[in-house]
Amino acid sequence: MLEITNLHAALEEDGKPILKGVDLTVEDGKVHAIMGPNGSGKSTLSYVLAGRDGYEVTEGTAILGGEDVLGMEPEERAAGGLFLAFQYPVEIPGVGNMTFLRTAVNAQRKARGQEEMSSTDFLKLVREKARELDIDADMLKRPVNVGFSGGEKKRNEILQMAMLEPRMCVLDETDSGLDVDAMKLVAQGVNALREAGRSFLVITHYQRLLDHIRPDVVHIMADGRIVKTGGPELALEVENNGYSDILAEVA
Amino acid sequence: MAANPGTPVGLNPNGRRARNAKAKRDATEARLAPLSPPEGPVWAADARAEALERVRAMGLPARSDEYWRYTDPSTLTGQGAPSAAPLGGDEGQVFGEVDALRIVFVDGVFDPGASGDLTVEGVEIARLADAADIHWARGLYGALEAAGQDPVDRPLAAFNTAFATDGVLIRATGRAARPIHLVYRHEDATSDAVLHHVVRVEEGAEVTVLETGPAAARFNKCLEVDVADRAAFHHVRAQGRDHDRRAATAMFARLGAEATYKSFTLTVNGVLTRNEHVVELSGDDAVAHVAGAAVGDGATGRFHHDDTVFVTHDAERCESRQVFKKVLRNGARGVFQGKILVREGAQKTDGYQISQSLLLDDDSQFLAKPELEIYADDVVCSHGSTSGAIDGTALFYLRSRGVPAEDAADLLTLAFLAEALEEIDDDALAADLRDRLAEWLTRRR
Repeated sequence: MLEITNLHAALEEDGKPILKGVDLTVEDGKVHAIMGPNGSGKSTLSYVLAGRDGYEVTEGTAILGGEDVLGMEPEERAAGGLFLAFQYPVEIPGVGNMTFLRTAVNAQRKARGQEEMSSTDFLKLVREKARELDIDADMLKRPVNVGFSGGEKKRNEILQMAMLEPRMCVLDETDSGLDVDAMKLVAQGVNALREAGRSFLVITHYQRLLDHIRPDVVHIMADGRIVKTGGPELALEVENNGYSDILAEVA
Repeated sequence: MAANPGTPVGLNPNGRRARNAKAKRDATEARLAPLSPPEGPVWAADARAEALERVRAMGLPARSDEYWRYTDPSTLTGQGAPSAAPLGGDEGQVFGEVDALRIVFVDGVFDPGASGDLTVEGVEIARLADAADIHWARGLYGALEAAGQDPVDRPLAAFNTAFATDGVLIRATGRAARPIHLVYRHEDATSDAVLHHVVRVEEGAEVTVLETGPAAARFNKCLEVDVADRAAFHHVRAQGRDHDRRAATAMFARLGAEATYKSFTLTVNGVLTRNEHVVELSGDDAVAHVAGAAVGDGATGRFHHDDTVFVTHDAERCESRQVFKKVLRNGARGVFQGKILVREGAQKTDGYQISQSLLLDDDSQFLAKPELEIYADDVVCSHGSTSGAIDGTALFYLRSRGVPAEDAADLLTLAFLAEALEEIDDDALAADLRDRLAEWLTRRR
């Protein structure tokens, strides 16, 4: 699904290297988790994959469905099936959540040469998906993320994911700022989307999210590289012993 | 007055002022020489003559005037209108779905064929050029304009009172059954139109006036609104999108006790627009909201848009609100001059003013001059002004969801303007403008 090879990226502003050769392959239908201490480059990896300004890719490729996404505009990556669930979802005053969703869905359909979804079909679909995530009509009407609680913002991210049906989902610290109940709800939403043609890259600092979204593979990232890869037991090791043991072991 | 010894004549402020005054006088006389006020209605003759005297006394505006420092008035005051090609297109459809009485002017000339019968239940309507010899508008025509000349000169409005060829006289005696929609078509590339409307909303009455269209290559329009106690006046306009059109408009309003006055203006394109608003809250507990949204692109001709607002609180517990937003790109220029004057004794005044611009590139410019002048000690008045670019984080968020960069920028631009559009009470009118704006932003590309 996604094959990242020798990815190097630096901050555009001062040239400071952040990613120093990331190698990572996520197979179709699999859930991979990336864990790592603060400052290891986890969030940078998600931004570089999604095409955010401010980073310069100096080396490497990220192949999604046969194409290197790193040279694409962010909207092209999205239309190609990449989705980033933000750690800090952005508030957009003045743009209704519903308008935002419909604009995004139809923009992607258009980019793929499909017809726009009729407003009746769209409404039906969005109501159904929203219900599963416990998102009420009021949240759909309000401006995007404005006045949403932390949990509502994250659920809104998953709603977008459910509506856009991407094949490669990157979740950046989706558990941050959530209490256990909110996290469970978000995890349920993610698990409902798991299927053979859809892969996940779950970035998290803590193991607890992985109790709810069970990964197939766990990677440990440190200083801009993947330093260790294993099964779900690797996450438990981090939970019990912290990062220092693992980092000492690979150093 | 003698200059100080040793002061070069060219730098003497008194000498410069005297020369400016003479140049202004000469220019004004030259402009007025070939003109004579239109005949009729008979009862307006005195008001016209007095207005002409006002123009002579203050002179037509010049760049040296305090309130014309940011806007060059020369093409508004000069002989003849600079040419402006009519844009055509869907202009005429704005508010086309609204059940309203349409009164159509083509290049400032009344078009009876395109207009409805001048009857609306709860309202008396007549045309200025066609008004009876005895009329309620006598004593009102030019009166609010004359009162609005103090403390700031508004010579183009006085010029309008003197020379307006036509206009609509609207007197609401009850709740108007439907809005009155003034449709301004523009067909002649050099038309120079001067229209003057008078609205009187009697005690407890209510009326909505809509205005749409470019009107002429050059349009000077004055609208006087007298809102009696507990009466309400609503006004929504969409100025024409002809790129080269010029407009100088002035609204003068006087509000009685518990009266409501709400005005919203959308401006898209136009090489030069000066919209003045003079509102006097003279009865207790009155409410006045004045708002505007302007979108200009310097690449399709120049774009200069000026909102000049003066709100006077002269009664207790009144509320005033000014909300103005401008989106500027490719060297477009926006001006906001907004003042709140709170007179002595106008206690418990609630005055608010915000002017904001979204600058889509480094070439565009927004000049804001907010002013508060307060002579009462128990008031709440606030003002703010901001200029900024599109929020890069929001733009990326939208793009990461698959929305192409240009569409995302349009969406954020609309969102920026939405706050001003929210000032429109009537949801259907607001939705119509929002939809048009979305289309017009998209089509620009």
